[in-house]
Amino acid sequence: MIDLQGFGALLFAGTQVTLQLALAALVVGLILGLLGATAKLSEHAPVRLLGNGYSTLVRGLPEFLVVLTFYFGATDILMAVASTLFGYDGYIEVSAFAAGTTALGFIFGAYASELFRGAIISIPGGQAEAARALGMTKRQTFFRITLPQVWRIALPGLGNLFMILMKDTALISVVGLEELMRVTAFAVGRTKEPFTLYLTAAVIYLLLTSIASLGLRYLEKRAALGVREALS
Amino acid sequence: MPDDNTPLLKVEDIHKSFGGQDVLKGISVNANRGDVISILGSSGSGKSTFLRCINYLEHPDIGRVSIAGEEIRTKKDKSGSLVPADPKQLARLRARIGFVFQSFNLWPHLNVLQNVIEAPMQVLKLSRKDATERAEVILARVGLADRMHHFPAHLSGGQQQRAAIARTLAMEPEVILFDEPTSALDPELVSEVLAVIGSLAEEGRTMLIVTHEMGFAREVSTWTMFLHQGKVEEQGPPDKIFKNADSERVRQFMASHLH
Repeated sequence: MIDLQGFGALLFAGTQVTLQLALAALVVGLILGLLGATAKLSEHAPVRLLGNGYSTLVRGLPEFLVVLTFYFGATDILMAVASTLFGYDGYIEVSAFAAGTTALGFIFGAYASELFRGAIISIPGGQAEAARALGMTKRQTFFRITLPQVWRIALPGLGNLFMILMKDTALISVVGLEELMRVTAFAVGRTKEPFTLYLTAAVIYLLLTSIASLGLRYLEKRAALGVREALS
Repeated sequence: MPDDNTPLLKVEDIHKSFGGQDVLKGISVNANRGDVISILGSSGSGKSTFLRCINYLEHPDIGRVSIAGEEIRTKKDKSGSLVPADPKQLARLRARIGFVFQSFNLWPHLNVLQNVIEAPMQVLKLSRKDATERAEVILARVGLADRMHHFPAHLSGGQQQRAAIARTLAMEPEVILFDEPTSALDPELVSEVLAVIGSLAEEGRTMLIVTHEMGFAREVSTWTMFLHQGKVEEQGPPDKIFKNADSERVRQFMASHLH
């Protein structure tokens, strides 16, 4: 058995933070991705510009830079707001978890918005036409007819993005969040056993992504109900 | 309020062009309760576009559509097309005009029953129980009682089209528009769909049918319109149009399609 030199509990705690961060960022990212996709497909040009600008900007920047911008930017903005609106001039710090969730969610959302957009336009227009012809509103058509299918079509791509997100959580260690990567580095500094500890961390990451991949396969199977088995 | 002389469906002077090409050059039709109007013509004559303009799936450039005396309110958009001015009114009127598509357009993520109860629940605000009861009666009628829990992808084309007809019937529309309902079907599946449409005609439904099934059109229609290049070439009772039309073009068309 590998000797973790008493740091097992710490690594476990770090793993929990990593998982929480990934899931929270996933929620933020899915919402932003859907909003981004609908913005890109809007009939109003300024809204389209906003949607396209969002994904072009975020996808064009190194993730590391986005994380730092969110962490320090959010701090600056909050302090400016507090000082102008409430006359509070003390130091406010954004929690690393909140900044990390937002930053990773933003990144995930930018990529997901492209996936969702592709999924939406891949659904034959006749289906929405049929809904409208029956008197359903645009909103009902989107939520009842389009969205449930978007989910099925986008799922494999989303799974891919989630894997990347899971690994990108390591970036948040730079702003001091005690997630798996940071606690591992800390343990390495104490024990001088880099190989054992980093290897353990690697196995944990692999385990997490494998579980995610299994979960994804289950979701895909469920979402394909009535569709895929008939096509094959 | 509509009096007895108000047609159930009144379509006036529909014009439509696509990229400078005039597809419809002023077509009107009135349908009274119980009328079955077949719309014939060679492909490219504008039949389907005309039908789609009636419930504004396509936006005409000029024209007016009223159902039971209530006109669909429109305004001009930048490109000169008429666009619906009041989405709520349009949705309400669309719910009274059924539309059956050539390519069925069933929703693949819902089974047949779910396809049929969706709009009654969302639009008519029926409870799931009431919508399901209604759907079961209708599905039995179109011969799909034993296919209710199948997904569209598991059905034949004829079954899919019958499910799509059931979905439309579940809204209890006052007028039903059929846009080439059998053109996407394998020949051996055509008759089962025509039988359903024929039975609807028999019970006195008001319908407009764009079709290439000449024998069927002649049998079920109370009125026949023949379109050519975006205009009504000739219209009249089916016996007249099919047997001795005034227009040489219509006579030639019939000669090559009826045999």
